[in-house]
Amino acid sequence: MSETYAIEAEGLVKVFGRTRALDGIDLQVRAGTILGMLGPNGAGKTTTVRVLTTLLRPDLGTARVAGFDVRTEAAQVRREIGLTGQYAALDESLTGRANLIMVGQLCRMSKRQAKQRAAELLDEFDLTDAADRGVKTYSGGMRRRLDLAASLVARPSILFLDEPTTGLDPRSRVVTWDAVRALTATGTTVLLTTQHLDEADQLADLITVVDHGRVIAEGTSAGLKAKVGGERVLITVAAQSDLGAARNVLAGIADGPPQTDPATRTVEAPVDGGARRMPEIVRKLDAAGVLLDDLGIRRPSLDDVFLTLTGRAADTAAESEKEAA
Amino acid sequence: MTTMSLPIPAAAAEPWLLRTWWALKNSWVLARRSIARIAREPEQLLDVTIQPVIFVLLFTYVFGSAIHLAGGGSYHQFLISGMFGMTMAGTAPGTAVGMTTDMSTGLIDRFRALPISRAAVLAGRTMSDLATQVLGIVVLSATGLAVGWRMEHGIGDALLAAGLALLFAFAMTWVGACAGMVLRSPETAQAMGFIFFLPLSFVSNAFVPTQGMPAWLRDFANWNPMSAVAAACRNLFGGNVPTPDAWPMQHPELAVLIWSIGLIAVFAPTAVYLYRRKVLR
Repeated sequence: MSETYAIEAEGLVKVFGRTRALDGIDLQVRAGTILGMLGPNGAGKTTTVRVLTTLLRPDLGTARVAGFDVRTEAAQVRREIGLTGQYAALDESLTGRANLIMVGQLCRMSKRQAKQRAAELLDEFDLTDAADRGVKTYSGGMRRRLDLAASLVARPSILFLDEPTTGLDPRSRVVTWDAVRALTATGTTVLLTTQHLDEADQLADLITVVDHGRVIAEGTSAGLKAKVGGERVLITVAAQSDLGAARNVLAGIADGPPQTDPATRTVEAPVDGGARRMPEIVRKLDAAGVLLDDLGIRRPSLDDVFLTLTGRAADTAAESEKEAA
Repeated sequence: MTTMSLPIPAAAAEPWLLRTWWALKNSWVLARRSIARIAREPEQLLDVTIQPVIFVLLFTYVFGSAIHLAGGGSYHQFLISGMFGMTMAGTAPGTAVGMTTDMSTGLIDRFRALPISRAAVLAGRTMSDLATQVLGIVVLSATGLAVGWRMEHGIGDALLAAGLALLFAFAMTWVGACAGMVLRSPETAQAMGFIFFLPLSFVSNAFVPTQGMPAWLRDFANWNPMSAVAAACRNLFGGNVPTPDAWPMQHPELAVLIWSIGLIAVFAPTAVYLYRRKVLR
C-alpha cells in the first residue's frame, strides 16, 4: 500500500500560537507523479512542505515520505528528498558553482563527482556563464534556478518545491517548468505548492486545493473544472443596443440562462460542446443583425474553481499579498 | 549526462564510526564554506586583525604609561598575554553573529533537509572561527613584536601558549554558538557582545593586575577564564607574572585546560540541542 505512494500524510495538525496553520491535512502522492498544492497565502502550504521535509514536527498526525516516518525516520527521509523553499537557500557570498559543489560534497560525493554534477546542473539550468560569479550578483530568476539545481544535486527521488516560480520572470518560469517536467520523466515524484492557478494546471497530474490548513478539494485539473461547470460562450457586442438581441440568440442555444453585463457589453452562457455550436451561433447573430466585437469560448479556470470552493477568488489573496510586500 | 546513484547506504545499517567520520567530513566541508566566505568578505576579519592592533597600540601608548606593575617589568610584555585572553574569548560574540546570520537565511533549511549530521552545521562554524583565531594570534604576535614584546622562553613555550589559547578559543566558539541559537538576529548578537562581553573582558587581569581591584571584583577577575589564559601566556612568554592567591592564577595552564574542556563539555551538546529544538518548532 505505502509502496505506491511516495508521500502520504494523514491528519497533519500544526498550531503556531493561536493559528492552526495545519488543521488536519491529508495527502497522497503516487510515485512518479506531480501533485500541485494550490491555495492562497497562509493556507498552510509551506507548513505542510516543512513538515514533510522534516524541518518541522507536526503536533498531530502522521506522514510518510518514501515509506519513512517523518518523525521517527527523519534521517532516512532526508536521503530521499530535495527541497526548494520559498527563499533561495544559497550562500550569497559563494559562486554558483561553489554552492553546488558544497551541496554535492555534503551528500557524500567525492570532489570530482561533485564538480561534475555541478557542471551538469549549471548547464541544465542555463547558468554556465554565471557559474563563477558570486550568487549576490545573480538576478532573482537565476537565484531560483540555482536553488532548484541545488536541491537536485543528489538526484532525490522526491522533490518538494515551495512556490518555485513566485516572483520569477517568464523565462525563468519556463526553464523551471521544463526542468520539473523533465524530472518526472525520470520517475521523480514532485510536490509543488503554488498560488498560480495556471502553474498547477500546467504541471500537476493531480491538484489539492487547500485553505485555512485543510484540504478543500482534490482531483485532476479537468475534474476540478468539471465541478464548476462546462464551457461557456462569451459574446461581446459592438453596440450596447444589440445586447438584448444577442441575449435572445444565446438563450435559444445555451444550456442555461445567459448573463448579460451592460458595462462590458457581454453576454455569457454555458454551452455544451461550445466549439461545435459556434457556426450556428454566428449564423443566428448575423441573421439578427448583431455587430460583434468579440466571440469566444471560455473554459473555466482554476480561479473559478477557487471561487466556487471558497467563496472568494484566489487572486485577491495573491494581490493583497503583493500590496503588502 | 551520466547517472550517479547517491552514494549513501541505508541509514540504519551505518555503523557509528562511519557516521562520525562523515559528520567530521561534512563539518570540514562547511568550515571551508565559511572560510571561503571570509576570503570574499575580508571585512569579517576586522575583529581579529584591526581590533587587536588598535587595542595594543591604545594600551601600550595611551593607558600603559599610567599603569605601574608591582614588581616592575614592561607593560607591553604584560599586555600582549592579556590580549591573547581577550582576543580568544572574543571568538564567542563573533560566532554568535555568524550563527544568527546563517539562521536568518534560508541556507540553514537547505542544510537541514540534507542527510548530514545536525552537529556538522555547528561544528563547521566553530572550526572556521577557530581558523580565524589562528590569524588573530599571528596578527597579535606581529603587533606585539613591533612594540617590543618578546617570547622570552623560546618558541616551544610560545607554541604551547598559542595552543592553549586556541583550545580556549574553540571552547568559546561553542559558547557563542549557544548564544547564536538563543538570540534572534545578528544585530542582537552584536549588541549583546558589546554590552556583556566587553565589560567582562575588562574585569580580568588582561589589562591591569587584579591586586588593585575591590575584593569581590578581584575574586571574579581571578576566576575569569580569560585571566587564566592571560596568566598562562605570561608564564609561557615570560615577563612580570603577578600571581594572586587564587587557584587558577597559581596554576593557569591547568586552569585553561579545565575551563576549556568544561566549556566544550557543557556548551557543545547544549548548542546541538538548542539547534535541533529551535529548528523543529
